[in-house]
Amino acid sequence: MKKTYKIDVDCANCANKMEDAAKKTTGVKDATVNFMTLKMIVEFEEGADPKTTMNDVLKNCKKVEDDCEIYI
Amino acid sequence: MSKKQKKMLIRIVIAAVLLVGLHFLPLTGWARFIVYLIPYLVIGYDILIKAGKGMKNRQPFDENLLMAIATVGAMIIGITGDGDYTEAIAVMLFYQVGEWFQSYAVGKSRRNISDLMDIRPDYANVLKDGNLEQVDPDEVEIGTIIVVQPGEKVPIDGVVDAGSSSLNTSALTGESMPREVKEGDEVISGCINLSGVLHIRTTKEFGESTVSKILDLVENASSRKSKSEAFITKFARVYTPAVVVSALILAILPPLVRMMGMGMSPDWGIWIYRALTFLVISCPCALVISIPLSFFAGIGGASREGVLVKGSNYLESLSKTKCVVFDKTGTLTQGVFQVNGVHHNQMEDEKILEYAALAESASSHPISKSLQHAYGKEIDRSRVSDIQEISGNGITAKVDGIPVAVGNAKLMQKLGIPHIDCHHVGTVIHMAINGAYAGHILISDVLKPHSRQAVDALRKSGVEKTVMLTGDAKKVADQVAASLGMDEVYSELLPADKVEKVEELLRQKQRRGKLAFVGDGINDAPVLSRADIGIAMGAMGADAAIEAADVVLMDDDPLKIAKAIKISRKCIRIVYENIWFAIGIKLICLGLGAVGIANMWVAIFADVGVMILAVLNAIRALFVKRL
Repeated sequence: MKKTYKIDVDCANCANKMEDAAKKTTGVKDATVNFMTLKMIVEFEEGADPKTTMNDVLKNCKKVEDDCEIYI
Repeated sequence: MSKKQKKMLIRIVIAAVLLVGLHFLPLTGWARFIVYLIPYLVIGYDILIKAGKGMKNRQPFDENLLMAIATVGAMIIGITGDGDYTEAIAVMLFYQVGEWFQSYAVGKSRRNISDLMDIRPDYANVLKDGNLEQVDPDEVEIGTIIVVQPGEKVPIDGVVDAGSSSLNTSALTGESMPREVKEGDEVISGCINLSGVLHIRTTKEFGESTVSKILDLVENASSRKSKSEAFITKFARVYTPAVVVSALILAILPPLVRMMGMGMSPDWGIWIYRALTFLVISCPCALVISIPLSFFAGIGGASREGVLVKGSNYLESLSKTKCVVFDKTGTLTQGVFQVNGVHHNQMEDEKILEYAALAESASSHPISKSLQHAYGKEIDRSRVSDIQEISGNGITAKVDGIPVAVGNAKLMQKLGIPHIDCHHVGTVIHMAINGAYAGHILISDVLKPHSRQAVDALRKSGVEKTVMLTGDAKKVADQVAASLGMDEVYSELLPADKVEKVEELLRQKQRRGKLAFVGDGINDAPVLSRADIGIAMGAMGADAAIEAADVVLMDDDPLKIAKAIKISRKCIRIVYENIWFAIGIKLICLGLGAVGIANMWVAIFADVGVMILAVLNAIRALFVKRL
């Protein structure tokens, strides 16, 4: 399952870091962050609950870049 | 400007004014330090806070942390040495100016490009009890009559129910000539109504309409990342740690060597200062921002010209196109056949055409359509029976009870009827009536007015090989190919053969060059997806083409193919310029910093100046009108 989320982040490298952090989160199969459109496209693993997974994604993203937001 | 940006701008101005003002204060010692601390904190407090958080989260290569270390280090050197704090504050100040500019420029181009693509209709007018009511296009059901007034956008695809007008399609196609529509014509969402009031019966939901599909496609295009982007992301991941580690080495190794090995004074201050310069240069932001921004601008500019590119990766492949393979019908020719003559017939021309049209009445093939069109009268289907379509050959049927066979030479051979070949160039339809040869009809396709120019333009833009594929007869194909100046032509191909031919061409080409296939997307979806880049043209409203292709040309002008390639070349050139420029300047500054020629001022230029220049350069990708 694929879902798109709106995000807010200031710098392009931070967006890349968020992408990395999201990819490493359990329950996430693949993630792409588009800095230009400020969107995060997340592909979830089979059976993963998007809501709880996204909370983890946000937590991990906050770790690498404090000044970011995902509108879940 | 957003609230965040305004606040930052105020901080920048205050810090700059304080910095200049303090220059005239004759303070020394600790008093001087405390006074200078004020502008430093004004401009850098958020960086320091973020640095603290970075440390807590164990992010050793966090830019804020590196920036904090560099400036705090410079302050400490100031305390212990000459009392010069200006440098530390200036570095912080310029860093913030750079960040501010980046966020401003990116925000601005984001808005600019979305404005360019501003074809999203905000409402639809629905007629209710004689009154017009504005509703959300999403809520309009299929079959509803909507009213589009002059100056408004057509919100949903549909058919004109009443009224006539001219439509401006430039937002979709880049074509400035308005298109005339009248009752019964199909209209596509995203066009702007220019003159009359139109009543449109919707045939699709808003989400399935052309305008939604295009917006969706363009907005998601930059999510498919190109190789250059992947490279720069990887580079950034290595770059920062590498520079930080070299800074550490630079701070420790040379002084130790001087002290132990050469017996000189270690000069700790000088080497630590050089190491701090390294930290200032270590931020990879200029690199990382300029690449996606260039692609975003390139894709935005292209879509304005009616060229929709589905991803940055396709834009990149498109720029490497060395071989372009065309489907003939509908791409280079108009796909509308005209009857040019009837030969070797005993019967009257009209009678032959009548039989042909009747026999072909059930088929929707372009050739059948042209026969029906040439006949020009209402077709009475009840006169036709026993219709049999023999794929790739033709049709046999009974008209008024008389057996009629209409088709190519193969059909005649199959039926054992001797036929006469035509010495004219064109598609030949042989006719047999009641088992005897009755002559043939010559029809031919019409070249598009720009086809020849398009092939020339492609060659000029660096395409090495042009190939034409067609299911048509060899004679016709050769003649068309020669008149267009094609390098190679393959004729009499079935749809499956086309895939095979493209695969063969893919094997032949050099490793680096890419092969593009151009088709109208109607029955060549497998070929479109097999080629390195599938280009579908004339896609206004053809959903299948939008799905299968990588690049979609909204109108059917073949000149747009060369244009698309030129746009991609420009965009990729800018991307490479930025990569070389940014990496080059940074490496040079690192080198100069290590030997002590470049101070922190140069370092901050390497960071901020390069970013500003790269961003400005990236914006150039948006301007593609005159390519």
